[in-house]
Amino acid sequence: MEITLNINGTEKKLNVEPRTLLVQAIRDAGLTGTHIGCDSSSCGVCTVVLDGKTAVKSCTMFAVQAEGHSITTIEGLAQGDKLHPLQQAFHDQHGLQCGYCTPGMIMAAYVLLQHNPNPSEEEIRFGLSGNLCRCTGYQNIVKAVQQAAQMLQQPTGAAADD
Amino acid sequence: MSVQTPNLEPKGIQGLGKPIKRKEDARFIVGKGTYLDDINLPGMLYMALVHSPYAHAKILNIDASEALKIPGVKAVITAKDLAAAGLSWIPTLAGDKQMVLADGKVLYQYQEVAAVFAETRQAAADGAAAVQVEYEPLPVVVDPYKATDPDAPVLREDIKDKMEGAHGPRRHHNHIWNWSVGSKEETEKALAQSEVRIKQHMVYPRSHPAPLEPCGCIGDMNKATGRLTVYMTTQAPHAIRTVLSLVTGIPENNIRVISPDIGGGFGNKVPVYPGYVCAIVGSIVLGAPVKWVETRTENLTTTGFARDFHMDIEIGATKDGKVTAMKVYTLADHGAFDAAADPSKYPAGLFSICTGSYDFQKAYAEVDAVYTNKAPGGVAYRCSFRVTEASYLIERSMDVLAHELKMDPAELRLKNFIRPEQFPYPSALGWTYDSGDYEKTLKVALERIGYYELRKEQAEKRARGELMGIGISTFTEIVGAGPSKDFDILGIKMFDGAEIRVHPSGSAIVRAGTRHQGQGHETTWAQIVSEELGLDVDKIIVEEGDTDTAPYGLGTYASRSTPTAGGAMALAARRIREKAKKIAAHLLEVSENDVEWVDKKFVVKGVPSKSVTMNEVAFAAYTNPPPGLEPGLETTYYYDPPNLTFPHGAYVCVVDIDKGTGEVKVRRFVAIDDCGTIINPMIVEGQVHGGLTEGFAIAFMQEIAFDEQGNHLASNFTDYLLPTALETPRWETGHTVTPSPHHPLGAKGVGESPTVGSPAAFVNAVVDALAHLGVRHIDMPITREKVWRILRQSGIDSF
Amino acid sequence: MIPAAFEYKRPMSLEEAIDHLAKHGYDARVLAGGQSLIPAMRYRLAQPGVLVDINKLPNLSYLSEEGGMLRIGALVRDTDVEFNKDIQHRYHLISDVSMVVADPIVRYRGTVVGSLCHNDPSGDWAAAAIAARAQMVIKGKNGTRVEPIDQFLVDSFATSLGEGELAVEVRFPTPNALTSGAYEKIERKVGDYATAAAAVQLELNPDGTIKEAGIGITAVAHMPLRVVEGENLLRGQKPSMELIRAAAEEARKIADPTPDARGSAEYKKDMARVLVGRGLLKALNRLGVAVA
Repeated sequence: MEITLNINGTEKKLNVEPRTLLVQAIRDAGLTGTHIGCDSSSCGVCTVVLDGKTAVKSCTMFAVQAEGHSITTIEGLAQGDKLHPLQQAFHDQHGLQCGYCTPGMIMAAYVLLQHNPNPSEEEIRFGLSGNLCRCTGYQNIVKAVQQAAQMLQQPTGAAADD
Repeated sequence: MSVQTPNLEPKGIQGLGKPIKRKEDARFIVGKGTYLDDINLPGMLYMALVHSPYAHAKILNIDASEALKIPGVKAVITAKDLAAAGLSWIPTLAGDKQMVLADGKVLYQYQEVAAVFAETRQAAADGAAAVQVEYEPLPVVVDPYKATDPDAPVLREDIKDKMEGAHGPRRHHNHIWNWSVGSKEETEKALAQSEVRIKQHMVYPRSHPAPLEPCGCIGDMNKATGRLTVYMTTQAPHAIRTVLSLVTGIPENNIRVISPDIGGGFGNKVPVYPGYVCAIVGSIVLGAPVKWVETRTENLTTTGFARDFHMDIEIGATKDGKVTAMKVYTLADHGAFDAAADPSKYPAGLFSICTGSYDFQKAYAEVDAVYTNKAPGGVAYRCSFRVTEASYLIERSMDVLAHELKMDPAELRLKNFIRPEQFPYPSALGWTYDSGDYEKTLKVALERIGYYELRKEQAEKRARGELMGIGISTFTEIVGAGPSKDFDILGIKMFDGAEIRVHPSGSAIVRAGTRHQGQGHETTWAQIVSEELGLDVDKIIVEEGDTDTAPYGLGTYASRSTPTAGGAMALAARRIREKAKKIAAHLLEVSENDVEWVDKKFVVKGVPSKSVTMNEVAFAAYTNPPPGLEPGLETTYYYDPPNLTFPHGAYVCVVDIDKGTGEVKVRRFVAIDDCGTIINPMIVEGQVHGGLTEGFAIAFMQEIAFDEQGNHLASNFTDYLLPTALETPRWETGHTVTPSPHHPLGAKGVGESPTVGSPAAFVNAVVDALAHLGVRHIDMPITREKVWRILRQSGIDSF
Repeated sequence: MIPAAFEYKRPMSLEEAIDHLAKHGYDARVLAGGQSLIPAMRYRLAQPGVLVDINKLPNLSYLSEEGGMLRIGALVRDTDVEFNKDIQHRYHLISDVSMVVADPIVRYRGTVVGSLCHNDPSGDWAAAAIAARAQMVIKGKNGTRVEPIDQFLVDSFATSLGEGELAVEVRFPTPNALTSGAYEKIERKVGDYATAAAAVQLELNPDGTIKEAGIGITAVAHMPLRVVEGENLLRGQKPSMELIRAAAEEARKIADPTPDARGSAEYKKDMARVLVGRGLLKALNRLGVAVA
């Protein structure tokens, strides 16, 4: 069946089966930054933002269900060449190693900061506990989210200059 | 936790010791990495595998007719089809062979039985579900101790009468090899004469590296050119190319292995798996590219497991706590095929590092390996070959000995450390430790955590009925395999290669035979070259993973990249510098002997104002080379390390125990690592954080378990538990620096120290918390229930 | 892993949804949050012929207080509850639960009502619904019925929902100033099913004695259970450690868990006891009652 998905502000027409998972549809649309790491909704590497404020593990939603919603993936976060503060902070704080969990982790952090713009270390660990990372031990991810929170609270992201 | 303000991308000359940010991040943070599953080729087919529900069964019939009726399904292959290509079995890295698809029988649950090729992923999955297989279940062997019972079922029909294996005689149809090192007689005598002896049995449970990106492969046979391109999640692309050439008969120059960005490896992506072979065969047979990407279940149930060592140790000591001798017997469960990823001469890997950081005069270690109805493997999961098992064994045992002697475990260690002046230290089991200062590192760790205050707190709490424990691990690793006189895999010596090409305008591309999976080589190799050549780090590109372009090397695992390829990179750079010096002399119009390398420039001796930079030299190498000198500024260096490196560390862990549920809370964890010279402290710290987290996971939750029928009990992430940010403790790291005397940079490697060293610290802390209740050992993973049982048996109860 | 093929229905009205469910009977499954169903379909443990996606149905996302009840519509996500300040302040039990269901990302999608309809033996919301004496609102061809949670939860993965029926709401009684509750759960890690968990709800009389008690335990039997004898012990009594111990012991007695990797039956039974005890202490603590 033909569906139209709004991904990163762009309407994409896709031909899917009802059983096509959202993550597969996103990837088949050429946006391969959203990854797949398990079959049980456990790892969160497929996390994308739905309607700006909520997140979903895109392996646990059918593509057809995403019609009428806006989807933001890692590719939609930067403004042109200007990295989103979370992207900048993950780089600055060495919040990634192999990079496989990174897009999902950043999208999870994105919604976390929507709901809690100034989270404590404990709140960050709690909020990211639906996303697995095998490389970093999370510590630098926590630091990265703290940095991003600070940057987002500064006027016009002056600290994000790179 | 302080937050640094963001600074700019690293620019300019950035040599050793600089915490520069990673060059490779740029693509990953915007979702532009290229992992295996991100690669799509025109006309590509998809493969799905059919798996056995039984751990041991005869295959009576395979019926693919229903699968072939599904629209889009192109073909189904079984062992019979592979046999026609001579590929129904392939050699393992350990001198055994393994089935690619089940040949007459299955030997473990989830074993691959058939491969389905289809135009879409959906059709492939539907096809796999539609293949009908008739099985006749056979009795299973799950417990390795029962594998060699006289009446144990025969697992390997193919070799049941072949009593000489790749590593010597086999004493039973399910026995693989026996390996030993040291003098048994002398060790037993020394033990008999010891004033104090402890014995302990301990199991290092079966684990799995479980990188978040599963394994995968795209086989792409171009029938017009005869060239096979294989995209594969492999940590060792060159070794894979050689193996593929050997098993397929395709000349090695007609095979190109490309290892794209890898989403974590940890040893899981070293071996050759049946899925890879089937995808490649599928491409050859069907004439189209074939992609196979594992499901998580396939990853956890069929690809390389780790550990599964069942160990018995005996240690002798004097009454005042000086160790005298150790004897170790280990039963290794290798599953259905011996596919352990170890250097050829070392079927039990480097397990003989089990004397650890201590000055044992006598030691003996023996290992028997057996077949069971479990998946093959035995990979070096975030460790050098079998070093985690050895390290856990000795570090746990030192606490058992301390308990027996009623000595503080820190004091016992301090009393028995190999002293700095003893290096290079010949160990009782045959290694020559390069360098170390164990006492210093432990003292830094004890000071940092406030050890003696914690002991006071513990005594007070114990008096009040509260439970806290302190655990120490002062491990020594052995990494960087290795010197060609001893180390090879399938005959290929374990050197590694580096190539540097300095371009006329002063930028450079460097390549290595290693393949990073998150370790940061694109940054650290650039730092080494920047240090050695004085080139700007942002003008150095690092490339790995394409066998058509990278120099040969054995790959990235077992903490070998920095010890081997890092050494090769430094020496390649120095070779370039030697040539550059001649060009510099030409430019400075002095003799070569009058030129010296000072502050990353060539300077005329005694005339600091007269100098040329490497950029100027590079330009001249192509535009104005000295007469008689070969133009250009490129080289390749293959580095054969003279010895292994021996990183060490001191870890201290503090835990509190919930008397109601048995939950263990890690309150603090201090890790002081000594990996010799540090290339990039930020990356080293990141490696330590990650390794500690995996050690924590192994100690408390990760286990590949089976039931009595051989059913796999951890086939997905709801049962195979990886810790999240919430369970993971906050790590406190630090380091001491004892350079390796033989490595060109003094570096030793660090990526795996924390996984090797930390499990014992966690377990020691829990046992310490319960020691006054008579507890001497608890096997990993330490679940709440194991602790709860001890508490209730001791009459401790609480809400 | 890829689910087996199915027919997808996206009704735009309640009536249409009920028509689909009535027509396809047990071959149809309702897709709300899908956070249990979709993974089960990926493993092909569930292979429904028809999926009726109710996410586009109007007016099911309400979270409101009315007639002494908190009404939670069928499309209210776990996070809608978790992030709701009013619930955090006044519905302690519900707030506790909302923070430990599955994991933070799954909670953005998972629904309270869907979890109750799934009736997993380890369900968190079911234990809370039992303790708080919630009611289910069910619509079908023959109209609407309101059912106490104890009647709704029938068996492991089974509820009283008949063919062609849709659960549209769960109602939790609004706690008064003398009512509080707590949810105590142990899990091996975030996202795991509970090893054991206990939900408690206590209402005190002005004299400090217990007016009403609710105790639900989960993951320790074929389905979430009410600890009736524990509730009976508490009712009318003044809180004391001895009383709490006795009530908690009743949870251990009725727990009948299946041993698995999370623990032996013996361990889980004891955890039912410990967690009920802890829950009662926490609820009392929230009511300002310190128990000696």
